[in-house]
Amino acid sequence: MATNKDGASNEPRGHGVEIDKVTGTETTGHEWDGIRELNNPLPQWWLYIFYGCTIFALVYVVLYPAIPLIKTGTDGLLGWHSRSAVARELTAVEQSRQAVMNQIRDTPLEEIRTNNELMQVAFRGGESAFKVNCVQCHGSGAEGGYGYPNLNDDAWIWGGTLEDIHTTLQHGVRYEQDDETRISEMPAFGRDGLLDSSQIEQVANYVRSLSGLEHDDALATEGAQIFADNCAVCHGENGQGQYMLGAPALNDQVWLYSPDLEQIESQVNNPKHGVMPAWSGRLDEVTIKQLALYVWSLGGGQNAEATASN
Amino acid sequence: MGMAQAGILFLIALVAVIASVKAHDMQFAVHMGLVALIALGAAVWRLRTMDVSGKRVPVRDRPDGYMDEVIRYGAVATVGWGVVGFLVGVFIAFQLAFPHLNLEPYFNFARLRPLHTSAVVFAFGGNALICTSFYVVQRTTGARLFGGGLPWFVFWGYQLFIVLAATGYLLGVTQSREYAEPEWYIDLWLTIVWVAYLVVFLGTIAKRKEPHIYVANWFYLAFIVTIAMLHVINNLAVPVSFLGSKSYSAFSGVQDALTQWWYGHNAVGFFLTAGFLGMMYYFIPKQAERPVYSYRLSIVHFWSLIFLYIWAGPHHLHYTALPDWAQTLGMVFSVMLWMPSWGGMINGLMTLSGAWDKLRTDPVIRMMVIAVAFYGMSTFEGPMMSIKAVNSLSHYTDWTIGHVHSGALGWVGMISFGAIYFLVPKLWFRPRLYSVRLVSWHFWLATIGIVLYAASMWVSGIMQGLMWREYNQEGFLVYSFVETVAAMHPYYIIRALGGTLYLAGGLIMAFNIYKTIRGDLRQETPIGAAVEPAE
Repeated sequence: MATNKDGASNEPRGHGVEIDKVTGTETTGHEWDGIRELNNPLPQWWLYIFYGCTIFALVYVVLYPAIPLIKTGTDGLLGWHSRSAVARELTAVEQSRQAVMNQIRDTPLEEIRTNNELMQVAFRGGESAFKVNCVQCHGSGAEGGYGYPNLNDDAWIWGGTLEDIHTTLQHGVRYEQDDETRISEMPAFGRDGLLDSSQIEQVANYVRSLSGLEHDDALATEGAQIFADNCAVCHGENGQGQYMLGAPALNDQVWLYSPDLEQIESQVNNPKHGVMPAWSGRLDEVTIKQLALYVWSLGGGQNAEATASN
Repeated sequence: MGMAQAGILFLIALVAVIASVKAHDMQFAVHMGLVALIALGAAVWRLRTMDVSGKRVPVRDRPDGYMDEVIRYGAVATVGWGVVGFLVGVFIAFQLAFPHLNLEPYFNFARLRPLHTSAVVFAFGGNALICTSFYVVQRTTGARLFGGGLPWFVFWGYQLFIVLAATGYLLGVTQSREYAEPEWYIDLWLTIVWVAYLVVFLGTIAKRKEPHIYVANWFYLAFIVTIAMLHVINNLAVPVSFLGSKSYSAFSGVQDALTQWWYGHNAVGFFLTAGFLGMMYYFIPKQAERPVYSYRLSIVHFWSLIFLYIWAGPHHLHYTALPDWAQTLGMVFSVMLWMPSWGGMINGLMTLSGAWDKLRTDPVIRMMVIAVAFYGMSTFEGPMMSIKAVNSLSHYTDWTIGHVHSGALGWVGMISFGAIYFLVPKLWFRPRLYSVRLVSWHFWLATIGIVLYAASMWVSGIMQGLMWREYNQEGFLVYSFVETVAAMHPYYIIRALGGTLYLAGGLIMAFNIYKTIRGDLRQETPIGAAVEPAE
């Protein structure tokens, strides 16, 4: 590559080929701003690894889809495609749990609950599905949030038995696209002129008194009658709530929105109506059952006979 | 000449004012207002400095006729933008660890992240490349920069691009293309500046006094030409209005993604690799005072690098809608790229043969050597991560971020620091830097910072990838996404601390450079003086 045809005399600032004193290697005879180059060969190991990588590339190109043609690319000898590979992996996972999934599908919820082995699988499956589909509203610990019920406690709006939870999951709450969705609507007492603002203040004080919160006694006493006339029909005489109508209990320490007086007044005046989507059609039947069992087991699940009295 | 220039600048200011008034959105109005102010200021400056008498004798700033003033500006800009870029990086690293630091709307992560990447890649790296290439091309061709005042246009034009891009990000101007976020009008401006840069560089090479073109210039030229091509094609877009900031890409769907990653990957390949290899090929032999190890290797690895790099982009789109054949090609070209990349590392490191003792006494050469070491590490890691089996774990995780930063902080940052430490005393005619010991401090702070950064991102990235794919024995996924985010919190803090150390090193450099430019010399015992007498 480097010859000494360019003698020093032919180049404005060039130098002839010299021997570098430190390494004993020839230089190329070029020089720029004092920088010279040694005429070392390519390192052997470098060259052979380069060849090796190139051979790997050629072999890979023959084995896998690689060369673009007019409409599609070459298939490769192995017939591998990323889409079919994913499909295969998914099928493999599905098949590995097919038997137990069928069992869950065919077993009533109550029976799964008492079958330790099935319950273990259902719990894991429910947990996994919950983390993907439910945490956005109900929180990663199912602790809920403002407007989103906590699922760890034993306060339920639409009922806490396996069947209740299962129905809520399948059809959602006030979810218009589902014909069987759970639906109820608290009237807008203030907005629609059913109660005036002083009455709302009174009933809100009464509601706070139900759970032992600080309240104005005089106003609460006035509010008791208003509550009996307007609210008790859904929320119950003692404010214990009613699952059938999705009317939350008002006599406990659990609040969907907030126990602040102002917030209670606002809810009576012009209530928020939370929505939960229906999961039938989005998730398969077995996953919904697993979710029902998982949510039930978080701590507040009720037994069928216990709710009959509510 | 001066009159005509001032006239053109006034005209530009006038057009910009009209555009600002008629603008369809606030961002465009602000930007055009900014352009008008800058053009007006430049016009006034031009008039005030004009030689009315026509008798002034032009001064050449050096007896050898090299044009160095613009390089001085470039060196200062490099240090300044570097500190800004590192600072924003540290801040967004803390934002990731502590989301409350997101200050809406101007200083949230989404707007600061492109500010950080553009500040370090284009403002810091770009200025380092432009100013060192101007220095190197003059020294290795024996010719003054071509084009009269054109290099000044390149310098100031490039700074204007940076300011428009940076303010645009904060105002929410983005075309959402990674490393190419600026909108159409900023892209057009950069195209003009870049063509001027190419003209200066090619013109200087054309009038060279040396018979051969030095290897550093091959790399610089490959960088300039390829970036021009990448920039123009990736930014092909249709503006919604010529008086608004928004535009739509000329490509759609997976073609758009591939164009973007063809650009994105080669921004790494030609901006951050080829350009900085050009820098390495000049400054390492100069600082080590040794010949380049192998001319043949430089030829073979140059051409193989240039040829292979341009095809490797699809590896950013493994396991996406991109057809399998394109993914395969992206992967195999990346694997073949390993040795061509390492050719630069070998040539850099082996150039030190016969001068290894300098590592002990000269922290500047130490900086350059660790830069080459990080270059070697990340150019091994890259091809490895492009292998589909590895990529299925690493893709979308913080491992990628760690990989990029071992290249960016380790290679790009350290080689630039080395070049700046070499350049500044020469450009300002100082016998040496203000303090060589501060360079040693910078070296260690930066190195420890990179190690913390890269190591924490390896651990968190691999952990993240493993958590995403973990199945329990019942066959269900174990973790939700938010749980993987929570698990990374400690590593995010370590990363931010690593970045803080790196920033501290940058501040020390800025101080050292400032003192050197002022002409101060710190009285200190030379490093290694106890063993041998000072040089």
